[in-house]
Amino acid sequence: MEFSQETKQKFQEILSHYPVKTAAVLPAVHLAQEEFGYVSEEIIEYLAKFMDMSPVFLKNTVSFYTMFKGKETGKYLIQVCHTLSCSLMGAGNIIDYIKEKLNIDVWETTPDKKFTLVKVECLGSCGTAPVMQINDDYYENLTEEKIDEILSRLS
Amino acid sequence: MKILLKNIEEPDYTGSIQDYRRKGGYTAVSKAIKEMTPEEIVEEVKKSGIRGRGGAGFPTGVKWGFIPKNTDKPIYLICNADEGEPGTFKDRIIIERDPHLLLEGIIITSYAIKSHQAYLYIRGEFVYGANRLNSAIREAAEAGYIGKDILGSGYNLDVQIHRGAGGYICGEETALLESLEGKRGWPRIKPPFPAAEGAFRCPTIVNNVETLANIPFIINNGGESYAEIGVKNSTGTKLFCLSGHINKPGIYEFPLGISLRSLIYEHGGGIKNNNKLKGVIPGGSSMPVLASDEIDVSMDFDSLANIGSALGSAGVIVMDETVDMVDVSLNVAKFYAHESCGQCTPCREGMPWMRDIISRIKDGKGKKEDIDTLLDITYNVEGKTICPFGEAGAWPIRAFVNKFREDFEKHIN
Ligand SMILES: Cc1cc2nc3c(=O)[nH]c(=O)nc-3n(C[C@H](O)[C@H](O)[C@H](O)COP(=O)(O)O)c2cc1C
Ligand code: SF4
Ligand code: FES
Repeated sequence: MEFSQETKQKFQEILSHYPVKTAAVLPAVHLAQEEFGYVSEEIIEYLAKFMDMSPVFLKNTVSFYTMFKGKETGKYLIQVCHTLSCSLMGAGNIIDYIKEKLNIDVWETTPDKKFTLVKVECLGSCGTAPVMQINDDYYENLTEEKIDEILSRLS
Repeated sequence: MKILLKNIEEPDYTGSIQDYRRKGGYTAVSKAIKEMTPEEIVEEVKKSGIRGRGGAGFPTGVKWGFIPKNTDKPIYLICNADEGEPGTFKDRIIIERDPHLLLEGIIITSYAIKSHQAYLYIRGEFVYGANRLNSAIREAAEAGYIGKDILGSGYNLDVQIHRGAGGYICGEETALLESLEGKRGWPRIKPPFPAAEGAFRCPTIVNNVETLANIPFIINNGGESYAEIGVKNSTGTKLFCLSGHINKPGIYEFPLGISLRSLIYEHGGGIKNNNKLKGVIPGGSSMPVLASDEIDVSMDFDSLANIGSALGSAGVIVMDETVDMVDVSLNVAKFYAHESCGQCTPCREGMPWMRDIISRIKDGKGKKEDIDTLLDITYNVEGKTICPFGEAGAWPIRAFVNKFREDFEKHIN
């Protein structure tokens, strides 16, 4: 495995904005997750070599952040907020509804590898609760009907 | 009086640089860089009386004044766009809908603190916001407001977006610095404060998005006119985030000092389903809850502190009479147990302990002593940790128990 030429260029550009190389760690791991879909041990080893850094340091950092995924998830990562404002507005029912609809539990992936369902903390969108994020996009003011519609649009 | 939503509330406003300039945007940068010295800007901001909008309410001009004079190290500005405090969603609207307002604030502030490198640390989930800001930075650079020799003044500034990757604690300023440096988001022991030793061990100012978005107004109109808005010790307008059981949730901008009752009943349209109000958190989930008879309070830093709560991030979470405060406190305790960085024992052990006790009470397995144990834990966490996350988790639980003790007792008898 290796970064594409384009990603390598992006990385060099990013690096030019920082006084020290370690500051490019989060940006680099984001690039890796975008390119490979997740950041496994193997990918961390590659990154460490690529950045000329200790893999232990890198692993220590990566493991701290909830957005970095150690293994492959479904094509669509459904992240439902269950913090206070969303919970007051029925996040619990939303999670149950998705569980039932996809026939999986939280932290599970559908057998066709299409959907993974997770619970996350406040997404910073509490005024339009309940809220979920699927991959990069936010979906707000959720209802069961809206979920039907959103999930049926994803292929 | 609108400073922050003035453009956003215009029907056709797109947030492009053309729109922003049509509304008088970027005049403050010209004024600041061409007509004012950095010291004069800091003075103007001190006069405005503005206090940080990120939660702690520290006077912004005073903080800028802490940058050591004649330092030979580079100075950094960091815009805190981590927006993680539950109940808070105000920075996102500025980022997504008026990014140049924020950039103009960042440019002026960088010039004022003599920084040539600003980082905008944005929470990882805000992918759209980061993209929006990146294109705004390109627009501003093309127009000569960012980059080398800004407006022919010889002043250089680079602005770089830095995406977080999940973790509420990274909003705490020293955790943010660690995260920026590529490490785990573990808060640092203070002092040294960031102004003396921050990013890359260099003098650094960390300011919230909303704080920085006020700076162009202060430069255009003068610190004194800003200080006329709001109330004593809490000047200017504030973005209030209404969520929970309220008819019209959303972002509202009012001068500091508006009453909580009028926020909820007049502007927020009252409680959903015509229910009665049970409690309201005035400043994000870290701040102590207020009971329904405490809402005639003025929403400003001092008044809320006087009744034992705090303005925090002004995330107003409304809860109606159908709510069981045991459920609410369990939700809150779970959040803090999940988000503790684990560096200090009282926080690492105390948060899950509180969560487990509340969970036991909820399941009907609680004992009478549990309620007082909960209170004890809050006192044993408070003031005994590296960062204010300890208080952020302990204060709300103490307030839920003290103000709604009967909810807890109901599950026990
Ligand atoms: C646990 C914790 C989380 C915080 N999260 C944020 C945040 O998401 N955004 C923010 O601007 N400030 C946050 N703060 C406050 C920052 O530490 C810091 O005070 C602030 O960014 C300073 O900017 P200001 O002076 O403009 O308010 C947090 C503080 C703590 C203790
Ligand atoms: S108080 Fe909690 S979050 Fe803050 S440093 Fe200690 S363990 Fe980490
Ligand atoms: S509580 Fe769900 S977005 Fe804030």
